[in-house]
Amino acid sequence: MRKTVLIVALLAVLVVFPFFMGEFYINLASQILIAAVFAMSLNLLVGYGGLSSLGHASFLGFAAYACAWSITRLGFDPFAAGALALVATLLLAAFFGVIALRATGLGFMMITLALSQVLWGLAYRWAAVTNGDNGMSIPSRPRLFGLLLDDAASFYWFALGVTLIAFVCIAVFIGSAFGASLQGTRDQPRRMAALGHDVWMVRWLTFIYAGFWGGVSGLLYIYYNKYIHPTSLAITSSAEGLLSVIAGGAGTMAGPVVGAVLVVILKNYVSSYIERWNMLLGIVFLLIVLFVPEGIVPGSRRIFLRLRGASKG
Amino acid sequence: MQFWVIQTLNSLALGGLLFLLASGFSLIFGLMRLANLTHGALFMLGAYIGANLLRDSDTFNLWGAAILSGLAVALVGGLLERLVLRQLAGNSLGQVLATLGVAFIISDACLLIWGGDPIPVPTPSSLARPIFFAGLAFPTYRLVVVCVALLVALALYVLLERTRLGAMIRAGVDDREMARAVGIPISALFTAVFCLGAGVAGAGGVIAGPILSAYPGLDADMLPLALIVVILGGIDSLVGAFIGSFIIGFVYTFGTALLPDLAYVILFLPMIIVIAFRPQGLFGRLQA
Repeated sequence: MRKTVLIVALLAVLVVFPFFMGEFYINLASQILIAAVFAMSLNLLVGYGGLSSLGHASFLGFAAYACAWSITRLGFDPFAAGALALVATLLLAAFFGVIALRATGLGFMMITLALSQVLWGLAYRWAAVTNGDNGMSIPSRPRLFGLLLDDAASFYWFALGVTLIAFVCIAVFIGSAFGASLQGTRDQPRRMAALGHDVWMVRWLTFIYAGFWGGVSGLLYIYYNKYIHPTSLAITSSAEGLLSVIAGGAGTMAGPVVGAVLVVILKNYVSSYIERWNMLLGIVFLLIVLFVPEGIVPGSRRIFLRLRGASKG
Repeated sequence: MQFWVIQTLNSLALGGLLFLLASGFSLIFGLMRLANLTHGALFMLGAYIGANLLRDSDTFNLWGAAILSGLAVALVGGLLERLVLRQLAGNSLGQVLATLGVAFIISDACLLIWGGDPIPVPTPSSLARPIFFAGLAFPTYRLVVVCVALLVALALYVLLERTRLGAMIRAGVDDREMARAVGIPISALFTAVFCLGAGVAGAGGVIAGPILSAYPGLDADMLPLALIVVILGGIDSLVGAFIGSFIIGFVYTFGTALLPDLAYVILFLPMIIVIAFRPQGLFGRLQA
């Protein structure tokens, strides 16, 4: 009961947020939502599947590029282009999954990294299609119910809606029987195989599902920025997502969202004072891995439970 | 004809450089089960230190700078192993993430110290002129790079197969627990191998200097190539790293020369084919 009240209150705050805040903060919140969808999709693999991908930016970048390409070259409207981009991203995820899931553990990580570097290289070099280092722009944000999402607040609501849908879809996926078997393949792959589960198939379908939501975050990204550059496919981009997941707490629903808040605020806010974002990213990575390896959400939950236990006892 | 000669030599030289990078990566992986993502950054750090030494003084020639820079990078590697990775023993995901974090720190520190402009590394004057043979010009420095890579390969082979230290490393690769039980100082060995791998990468960065120069992003260019090499050749195999380096050297060089737009896709074809049919790589025993 108290939990429901809390959730409703949180949602209400999120919805009315733009009425009380300046444009800078609304835009910052939109960026957090995009990063949160990206981190949640990666969390499916890292947290629930035990498959640490270092190439998840592939799906964000690919979907964004595919969308920009369909708009500028095929003349699609942004939503049709987005649908096309999502289909293409699904196919890409299916293909990458077949290759990357030949391995698990460190091998999986290195293969996903290598695959995403290939896309990064293509984005840079295949200038005839991707415009190379100039990146690709789209003329405008999409129009939803006849309303152009051009101002900060309406885009924020749009992103919030998509993020909530993503959150619910991922939570339902994790809560389902399939989600339980996914966590089984993470903890005890051999026993799961002995029980008759097709471990590879469970992982592959999850990989595709994670790729899909990664693609959705890519669409939000291109709609928001109206621009995509090869750096979005670079290893730093994948690493930021992974940092969000690990920092917030892999394998929890709230963790990646909290991690995304932390990473985006660090990136946008702190970087306006110091120039060295990559160094900061590296240092935060190191500190989290060394000192809060389980992530902020499980870590603070542990502290909270201990405090409550202490006050009762 | 001249095109093919030059491109073949370029391929061999790139293969040699990749071997300097990938051999250390695969040694570290084989012994420590650790994917060292700082390897590209260490290569770049080596290149910058070497370029700096050669720019600021006339005391060093390229080889002196390579050795000195290799030692400095080996020290950095040793510190990284002792101070960071040691804290995370047994947590392989944590270790990879830590190496990734350190890679970002190193590469940003290089940008901070040496700026955004590439620093060229001069070819040693004695090797700057091509050798003419049968009416064709052969760029001397590239031949020398291939020879250096062969020498390093030979030295690593002798070290691993013919010395006591090598026997201990091989024992550690095969069965870490048993090796520890019979009294091999695995902990010291880890540091030694990490220093060795880092040092070879750092020296490799300097030797690559006259061909690639030192520039921001060198790490991000080299690390994927090294990964592709070891995935292709077999992640725990030095022979695999050797063969893989030259395969990738050829594929990348000819791909870039003939189909520049799609070089990256072509680069990755051998890797897909190998992963599809032999996930442990051409010469690997261990499935990563």
